[in-house]
Amino acid sequence: MTDPSKTAESSGPAGTPLRRAGLSPRKKQRISRIVQYVLLVAVVVFLLARIEWGSLAANFAKPEVAAETWPEVFTVALKNTIIYSVGGFVFAFLLGLLFALMRLSSVAPYRWIAIAYIEIFRGLPALLIFLLILFLPLALPGFEVPGGTYGQGILGLTVVGSAYMAETLRAGLQAVPRGQTEAARSLGMSHARSMITIVIPQAVRIVIPPTTNQFVSLLKDSSLVLFLGVTGDYVELTKFGNDLASTHANATPILVVGVTYLLVTIPLGYLASRLEKRQGKGR
Amino acid sequence: MATPVTHAVEIRNLHKHFGKLEVLRGIDFAVDPGQVVCVIGPSGSGKSTLLRCVNLLERPTSGRVILEGVELTDPDVDIDAARRRVGMVFQQFNLFPHMTVLQNVMISQRRVLKRNRAEAERIARENLEKVGVATKCDVYPGQLSGGQQQRVAIARALAMNPALMLFDEPTSALDPELVGDVLAVMRKLAEEGMTMLVVTHEMAFARDVADRVVFMDGGVIVEDGPAAQVIGAPEHERTRGFLRRVLDPTHTGE
Ligand SMILES: Nc1ncnc2c1ncn2[C@@H]1O[C@H](COP(=O)(O)OP(=O)(O)OP(=O)(O)O)[C@@H](O)[C@H]1O
Ligand SMILES: [Mg+2]
Repeated sequence: MTDPSKTAESSGPAGTPLRRAGLSPRKKQRISRIVQYVLLVAVVVFLLARIEWGSLAANFAKPEVAAETWPEVFTVALKNTIIYSVGGFVFAFLLGLLFALMRLSSVAPYRWIAIAYIEIFRGLPALLIFLLILFLPLALPGFEVPGGTYGQGILGLTVVGSAYMAETLRAGLQAVPRGQTEAARSLGMSHARSMITIVIPQAVRIVIPPTTNQFVSLLKDSSLVLFLGVTGDYVELTKFGNDLASTHANATPILVVGVTYLLVTIPLGYLASRLEKRQGKGR
Repeated sequence: MATPVTHAVEIRNLHKHFGKLEVLRGIDFAVDPGQVVCVIGPSGSGKSTLLRCVNLLERPTSGRVILEGVELTDPDVDIDAARRRVGMVFQQFNLFPHMTVLQNVMISQRRVLKRNRAEAERIARENLEKVGVATKCDVYPGQLSGGQQQRVAIARALAMNPALMLFDEPTSALDPELVGDVLAVMRKLAEEGMTMLVVTHEMAFARDVADRVVFMDGGVIVEDGPAAQVIGAPEHERTRGFLRRVLDPTHTGE
């Protein structure tokens, strides 16, 4: 540390001895960037040379097969995906709100039940939950999920989503300043009234961006309806793509279905981050 | 309920603990109908806690709070009904940000007093007029200045026809040039005969408007008397020291 002009330039980790002859950070950065570009070009050239584009296109982007998906990919498959995921989202939201309120309840057993539910269903893979629903009629003879196939799919997504939703909503409820409840109570509102009129509406506004992301994630999880053995009019995008791909021994329908998912998920993700930014400014 | 209705609010031997911390250590005092009582005292002396005990936002550890002859500290009292008689104005305004100014003033009239829409709106507009923000009815609180927000908060409390108004440092969060508007509204209220219990650091307001001034320190009432006496000629050394620091903040030496 005898040469202060060198100290400022060195970017070596603290404690390592400074080497006078080393490259300046600026030069190091430039070399590093050049190496990255060279690597990128090398990989692209390699792939272009090695991949058999004809076979790839024939398997993933065959126009005749793509045409086969039309129009059912929208009129049936996407429609069903939306039915399953919107249905699941609505019930997950309501159930999540219930568990969030229980989680914050002053009655200890309510808190325990809510914690148990949240921990269990957040910790289980979504697929496992769908398999459990598949076996539900065996476990409970005579029991049938209302709404048939739609009901089963929606139930699965409700269970998958509600535990996350409960945690998000709990955070939202807690983010509403205490002064809001105090103002409401001081105006003579009961605890329940102040929750319904003052706290919950504000909490819901706070959680709109994260719940938009949760909707996207439920939309993707709706592919698990595949495992409920749905057929015909009830197929959603993934099952639809998978069935057609098997029929034609060609992966094009899967690509088509993938693009269809992205048509919905990318704008929603974009919307969520926009909302998040706007809220960051507004508060 | 043998207590005769002579006091608007009466506080008897009030204690409040937060865990081990004893914040109120035996408070006794009363406010008569139409009286304005200002509570002054150093930070942490328990002024806010006292005010919050009066409308049971904070549950007293022991002691009694009697509002218009009804004991609020009775475990079986309908606390929501009792709170309707007490308006509270907070330092941070606490307007409902998701509602317009008019909705803020109407909501508890509609939901709690079950007034019909037309009546609630009429009363809301009257009170907003009174505090000088009638032109802001359809605006959201976030678009108002602090002084306007606080006046809306006062209108919101008044719309419930309270028998007693509590103010907890209503001007402490305001820019200095906005303090006057809010104090003017409070002064007008006092002249109209509203019963008021005001925690404040505005000594000029306390001196001019208050019928009585209460000086608190360390969770007890040190001095309680006419404004001119407590502020003008305090008996206790603790009051004198506090007033010196408040009235002449640049002289920190004791
Ligand atoms: N909810 C609470 N939990 C724990 N301690 C609290 C709580 N509320 C207040 N206190 C403590 O009680 C004491 C008195 O608080 P209080 O807010 O009543 O004082 P104050 O006289 O209003 O002061 P200030 O002028 O700063 O507003 C403080 O030491 C504070 O930290
Ligand atoms: Mg205070």
